[in-house]
Amino acid sequence: MTQLLKLQDVGLERGVRQLFTGVQLEVAAGELWQLVGSNGSGKTSLLRAVAGLARLGVQGSITCCPSMLFQGHLPGLKSALTCRENLLWHASGGVAIPLSGIDHALAEVGLVGYEDTVLGQLSAGQQRRVGLARLWLSKASLWLLDEPFTAIDVDGSAMLEQQLLRHCQNGGAVVFTSHQPTAVAGLRVLDLNQYAA
Amino acid sequence: MQPDLLKFLGFQAQRHLRGALRRPGDIVNPLVFFLMVVTLFPLGLGPDPDVLADLAPGIVWVVALLSSLLVSGRLFQSDFEDGTLEQLALAPHPLALSVLAEIASHWLLSGVVLALVSPVFALMLNMPGQAIPVLMASLLLGTLCLSLFGAIGAALTVGLRRGGVLLSLLIIPLTVPVLIFGTSAVREAVLGYDPGSWLALLGALSLVGLVVAPIAAAAGLRISLEA
Repeated sequence: MTQLLKLQDVGLERGVRQLFTGVQLEVAAGELWQLVGSNGSGKTSLLRAVAGLARLGVQGSITCCPSMLFQGHLPGLKSALTCRENLLWHASGGVAIPLSGIDHALAEVGLVGYEDTVLGQLSAGQQRRVGLARLWLSKASLWLLDEPFTAIDVDGSAMLEQQLLRHCQNGGAVVFTSHQPTAVAGLRVLDLNQYAA
Repeated sequence: MQPDLLKFLGFQAQRHLRGALRRPGDIVNPLVFFLMVVTLFPLGLGPDPDVLADLAPGIVWVVALLSSLLVSGRLFQSDFEDGTLEQLALAPHPLALSVLAEIASHWLLSGVVLALVSPVFALMLNMPGQAIPVLMASLLLGTLCLSLFGAIGAALTVGLRRGGVLLSLLIIPLTVPVLIFGTSAVREAVLGYDPGSWLALLGALSLVGLVVAPIAAAAGLRISLEA
């Protein structure tokens, strides 16, 4: 089994507060992990530390495979651009995606007919869906998703769960945070409250 | 350079330019500011054409510097707020090069546009005709320097809620040489001398900025993302 992410004794200090200590986690290919914990327990900070965005105050060692997709709370999309442009010119490097692939991904998230609509004219849920369309375009093996189900309706959540499972079956791995209890076969859960300092 | 990287930089520049062109107010506002200030000077100093012609190089350059400070402080603001910056920092391509693409697009829409319309302002202030090409050249080079140096300050202050004053304190010392070289070039041209050496100094400053600023700004952005 290929190991995609390994956390050894990871702790996090925010200002003068120690959020958690001693987190051990090994994520192998094919695994779907949900990070849970109460508000302020450090789920987002842990994901950002894993992605390499914020390593300030992080103790322990984090080994993460370089082929990684991160989607945080912020969409990373421009409201003045159309859905298609946003994905084609995405800041994470949308290079070499054919336009047909982008239209296919937008269709998968239920945005047929919105390809040339400016993002700012879509609803909050639809904008989230444009961001999630990246999951149908990505070649990264490890996905780090912060609250991917926020503002997504019931149908959309089911479709997203399917995509996460498909990615795991294809040899990828997913770590996501969510407060919703997710009923997916083979889901593993890491509860940050258990590591609270 | 790998074709992949070039393509990525092209995409980043396109994203920036297309987004800005859909909000033309951001391009026009600095020009309106420029126009207003230039119109105020004859009212304050009196309409004597000789006095205005004397002061014109300094006036145009100081206003250019101020309007550049106004816009370059917000260079990374929207990218920071909508998460684009996070994604750029995680992209497999060097952040410094993405920053360079962003600065170049910003300069095209602010500095180059300003240099192109500057003859109008120069004529309003009764600047002699032979100095106008030199004014345009000095503004082209000078605004590039201002965008580059401004990017360093913008990167460091992007995460702060009220970074405006701090930004000015950080950037104004770096912009003083640009102002001196720029006004000197135009003044020499007004007096009928060769402004070549001043323009060369501005060119040298831009080259230093092109090498240093993207790297420094990328490092500053990574610090800002830590918060």
